[in-house]
Amino acid sequence: MSSAQLEIQLIASVVAIACAIPGVFLVLRKMALISDAISHSILPGIVIGFFITQDLNSPLLILLAALTGVITVIMVEMIQKTGLVKEDTAIGLVFPTLFSIGVILIAKNANDVHLDVDAVLLGELAFAPFDRVLISGMDMGPKSLWVMGSILLISTTLLILFFKELKVSTFDVGLSSALGFSPMVLHYGLMSVSSVTIVGAFDAVGAILVVALMIAPAATAYLLTTNLKKMIVLSIFFGVFSAVSGYWLANILDASISGSMTTMLGIIFLVVYLFAPKKGLLSVLYRQKQQRTEVSLITFLLHLNNHSEKRERHINHLQEHINWQKVRSKSVVDLALKNNMVTITDDIVSLTKKGKDFTGLALEYILTNRDDKIEHIKEDFFLFRG
Amino acid sequence: MNEKLAIQVDDLTVAYNYKPVLWDIDLEVPEGVLMAIVGPNGAGKSTLIKSILGIIKPIAGSVSIFGKPYEKQRKLVAYVPQKGSVDWDFPTTAADVVLMGTYGSLGWIKRPGQKEKKAALEALEKVGMLSFKNRQISQLSGGQQQRIFLARALVQDASIYFMDEPFQGVDATTEIAIINILKELRKAGKTLVVVHHDLQTVPEYFDWVTFLNVKKIATGPVKDIFNDDNLTKTYGINYKVAVNK
Repeated sequence: MSSAQLEIQLIASVVAIACAIPGVFLVLRKMALISDAISHSILPGIVIGFFITQDLNSPLLILLAALTGVITVIMVEMIQKTGLVKEDTAIGLVFPTLFSIGVILIAKNANDVHLDVDAVLLGELAFAPFDRVLISGMDMGPKSLWVMGSILLISTTLLILFFKELKVSTFDVGLSSALGFSPMVLHYGLMSVSSVTIVGAFDAVGAILVVALMIAPAATAYLLTTNLKKMIVLSIFFGVFSAVSGYWLANILDASISGSMTTMLGIIFLVVYLFAPKKGLLSVLYRQKQQRTEVSLITFLLHLNNHSEKRERHINHLQEHINWQKVRSKSVVDLALKNNMVTITDDIVSLTKKGKDFTGLALEYILTNRDDKIEHIKEDFFLFRG
Repeated sequence: MNEKLAIQVDDLTVAYNYKPVLWDIDLEVPEGVLMAIVGPNGAGKSTLIKSILGIIKPIAGSVSIFGKPYEKQRKLVAYVPQKGSVDWDFPTTAADVVLMGTYGSLGWIKRPGQKEKKAALEALEKVGMLSFKNRQISQLSGGQQQRIFLARALVQDASIYFMDEPFQGVDATTEIAIINILKELRKAGKTLVVVHHDLQTVPEYFDWVTFLNVKKIATGPVKDIFNDDNLTKTYGINYKVAVNK
């Protein structure tokens, strides 16, 4: 692996981490679309900043462009506040307008500006190692690594300092405000950090893909954990994984690096969506199937409970009477046997004490919907987990 | 009863898009009462609480808590928002939500430590939810979620508690458990302001009541003012409830 290859992967990883952190809060605040709006509407800010500084990595350009991002959020909120249109419409009004102003600015000045629309949309990660920081002739590494590294350092510091405040204002705006943690300050703080991050990442991955880097890792992590800190750590992991694997995918396919990273993010999300232990599609389907069996089990136990006569408890009769298909009745009887709820002697099914107790509890729960008494059986039966 | 005023509201007017939702409210709540705010939908009950707590900015009027502005008295006040106002799919546990009640006394940046965690567990125990401390909040029933919110207010150890419909969507057992805790708090000298919907239970649960419908209709002891006259004025229809005098 050449040093340029290593540097590209390093830059991609730092970009991914920097995007994943604010991304978690955007997803939890249901503001994913705002990152799309910011990533597009910073374009005029970048172009104007570039006219002034002539340097895509200048801190002044980054601040100017990030300011455009925050202005976008303010404009969206102002339009929304009129009550005439909803938030998604307001977003749809603001960012294409600003983005197109940026596109016109580029087109009008295309001759003397080193910016083109392709790069704006998709980024140019492959060229990142060519622009280097030189301090009195010493090569200090690629410029964009320094820029993104600084942004990451700032956002990580802010995250650690204000984790508690971000958490409470994301979960419960009213409480946050009542406790004195101004939701306004935190909201605009998060918007500023998101804007700066998007501007920094823009050069590397472009306006469209930066959205994927913010949203996809967080959305994937959300399916896997019920703990905010773990969600952040997992998002960072998925971001870095997609950065490195995306780089090698691009290498094999000879395709765009940022495009491959985003493809990897999509694949990771799909895999997790299918196979996540609790919220995944397969797990949900399995749970539904188990619940159906458990409902049948309770029906079966109730029937046994209601009938003491042997005729009603004969295994063949149960099949006819409850009118289940063979496969289903077998799985139900097996489940009951496995849990020691019934015994079978000479094809006559009888409830055990455990079966009787269980039937009583289940019946009570179904009637009263009170779940304090069934806590101990929740672990074994999906049905009672609500 | 102590004659000190816990809450004083003067000429409070709140508007959304220039349409008043609360109009010129004057309200005095003595310390140590358990007060219900009643009124029809859209009467501004939640808005009144939120503007006392500075969550909504009024266009006119002032609020004081024990004689000083709310901003200076935050630590004396606990707030239980409507259960529906938060996303219960948020990745966190019951104990962690209760811990949020300690954030106010910690202030910015400082993290909760052992002392705060212990207080959170004690509050969970008070509402009978200790065994659920590690449960993800979406895995709790409506009544359990409401108890968690109550525990979060208890951990604030405040002098005044504001509660927005704490009985909404809870079963009868939880309702009794909650009202018993509220009555205990009042016995301990706390002041409680509760947005309440069920008129039948007002005389049984509360000793003070405020009738609200954009304007304040009446406020005072339940035994003196909870009558058909005020109910009719508030709800606009001829109202009859069985009031046990």
